[in-house]
Amino acid sequence: MTRPTPETLAHRATPATVAAAAGAPAVVTVSPTPVSGAGSLVRSLEALGVEVAFGIPGGAILPAYDPLYDSKVRHILVRHEQGAGHAATGYAQATGKVGVCIATSGPGATNLVTPIADAYMDSVPIVAITGQVARPAIGTDAFQEADIQGITLPITKHNFLIQTPEEIPRIMAEAFHLALTGRPGPVLVDVPKDVLQAATTFAWPPTLDLPGYRPTLHPHGKQIREAARLIAAAKRPVLYVGGGVLKAGATDGLRKLAELTGIPVVTTLMALGAFPDSHPQHLGMPGMHGTVPAVYALQKADLLVTLGARFDDRVTGKLDSFAPEAKVVHADIDPAEIGKNRHADVPIVGDARHVIDELIAAVSGTAGGAAAYEPWWAQLNDLRKRYPLGYDEPTDGTLAPQYVIERIGELVGPDAVYVAGVGQHQMWASQFIRYEKPGTWLNSGGAGTMGYAVPAAMGAKVGRPDTPVWAIDGDGCFQMTNQELATCALEGIPVKIAVINNGNLGMVRQWQTLFYEGRYSNTELGTHKHRIPDFVKLAEALGCVGLRCESKADVDATIKAAMEINDRPVVIDFTVGKDAMVWPMVAAGTSNDEIMFARDVRPAFDEDDL
Amino acid sequence: MSTLNKHTLSVLVENKPGVLARVSGLFSRRSFNIDSLAVGETENPDVSRITIVVNADSSPLEQVTKQLNKLVNVLKIVELDPQQSVQRELLLVKVRADRTVRGQVLETVELFRAKVIDVAPDTLTIEATGNPDKLDALLRDLEPYGIKEMVQSGLVAIGRGSRSITTGPALRAA
Repeated sequence: MTRPTPETLAHRATPATVAAAAGAPAVVTVSPTPVSGAGSLVRSLEALGVEVAFGIPGGAILPAYDPLYDSKVRHILVRHEQGAGHAATGYAQATGKVGVCIATSGPGATNLVTPIADAYMDSVPIVAITGQVARPAIGTDAFQEADIQGITLPITKHNFLIQTPEEIPRIMAEAFHLALTGRPGPVLVDVPKDVLQAATTFAWPPTLDLPGYRPTLHPHGKQIREAARLIAAAKRPVLYVGGGVLKAGATDGLRKLAELTGIPVVTTLMALGAFPDSHPQHLGMPGMHGTVPAVYALQKADLLVTLGARFDDRVTGKLDSFAPEAKVVHADIDPAEIGKNRHADVPIVGDARHVIDELIAAVSGTAGGAAAYEPWWAQLNDLRKRYPLGYDEPTDGTLAPQYVIERIGELVGPDAVYVAGVGQHQMWASQFIRYEKPGTWLNSGGAGTMGYAVPAAMGAKVGRPDTPVWAIDGDGCFQMTNQELATCALEGIPVKIAVINNGNLGMVRQWQTLFYEGRYSNTELGTHKHRIPDFVKLAEALGCVGLRCESKADVDATIKAAMEINDRPVVIDFTVGKDAMVWPMVAAGTSNDEIMFARDVRPAFDEDDL
Repeated sequence: MSTLNKHTLSVLVENKPGVLARVSGLFSRRSFNIDSLAVGETENPDVSRITIVVNADSSPLEQVTKQLNKLVNVLKIVELDPQQSVQRELLLVKVRADRTVRGQVLETVELFRAKVIDVAPDTLTIEATGNPDKLDALLRDLEPYGIKEMVQSGLVAIGRGSRSITTGPALRAA
């Protein structure tokens, strides 16, 4: 096996000319040059500052791969288009730049549907470029034809079917602009093969033509003053912080606002890292598997200052009993989020950074720090003491999955990027790793896409090659997308994959334990009983180092061994017990007031009502 | 079907392929039944106007309106108040009208200021425009003669007064 050396990689990966992709105006100027449509497409990617694209060639997109062959854009050949899509997402989440994925028409394009839907739910800026059959063949059920524009209408921020080669630069610039600005999201560009083959001219920069697109960045001053007034009057306020704060780069401002006002902070699953977990004002994550103090704080609050969050059902529980006494200040860049699930007393449309900066200015005169809310803090601190996050050691001698994840967080530290799949391991990774910095926690929050972790970790590592990237995956998730480890091995992307292998679809099994009388229908995967697949052998077959850890005593040594390996991806099969459950838990469809601290243990906070 | 919750939305969109699918998709996703829909170019050939009549409560409708506003090709949305706007539909109806009743049918046509646009030995084809109430009344009057076929356009509507939709305030609640 030939593995790329740092030198060959440096040769292929160009220095970051990403000013344009990062939102700054395009600085490249190109006077009209004759090229093919494909040439125009690749030149556009270069002009937009794209450093990497993940994809797989095929018939309809093939013309584009010819100019890509000697482009400064690094193309990473993945093993499945879904991997390309999640890699673009991981790259975008880890860097804040637009992630790019490429697929051919028909099945290539439809394989991108899941990652596009995933990026749409989590507002991640990616651009998907798909080949399409030649224009005269569109609508004829031609070979490898799929109406990918129609298919992705409801799961993209916008999508394009390019009609003429002349419009390629403009549409590419529009796609990147739409993906990255306002509420970010996926944009798909479908390019017919004959458009790629046609002769055209390329010039840069193009003029964007988006008359109907005007995101509101600056909040209305009146609403900010009204929010400040409510904050000043509140006795039990909470800063309810969502992923929008990370996307807006507003974490410094958030900290300032929190410290200035002394208001308790909760960060949603999409916002972990937006406010340091170690900060004394941080109550943790709210929602279905949130901390008792965070859930309680929302339920008992008299004011929610909601910043870039969207009252998702996993946070609110049963909506009509959510935060019954709270007035709501709701700031979001997307007006459609405001009032969607919960009435907003003070609606604020704007970018979280501007909103927070203006709130800081507006409350500066009146804010009293934590002392202003002393009785509130006394209650919350009492709950923190009584109901900390924790877990029981398994009595059957098996390895506790929470312990493994906790140790990874301790040993690898707060500077690494952690990427989770979906399920129990994801929730434990959100609970038992401490996130101190923005951009250190990536997961599929809205869509809940099993199989997200391996390709997203690959994308994150490509975007931040000097940062350790650890995927915390489950044995179910891992089997959905582990083929991308071959990509990682060949392309020199040394990610670490900790498979929290409990031999089962753990979260589903947990629900079967709790709600289906322990009837474990189709949740056992056989990775314990039969060791099929053997993850160590599988890792080795994919060009990775495979490690296995089955006992508590070996956990630290195994993690350290993995940390030492940086020339190849590492897969660790952490064989853990199958009976561990995620707690606390608000059962689906029930009120947050019904939160269970552990099985059959309800926190006592009704009695000490305010 | 309650008429209490009937809303008339005028949606200005870029005149591009696929825009109608984006707009109608937002309604179907939320199981809103569109009562009527009419699309056509405006005074600016780059801009089309979609008039949608939909039955919905105001709060889900507000959500759909906000989602419509998010569509990149949507330029502006205005809800037209029936009192402050002129609303018209076009009706073509083929009525049984042999010699014995032809005079009575023609009288009804006259009464509603409708027009006969085609004549056959035993039928008349009638064209009428008006607001939905007027056309309903016309149809009620014609029904006893026997309606063989009818087709109706979607409703189109325009605000009263000198202000135009492009200069007036948009439905852009937040």
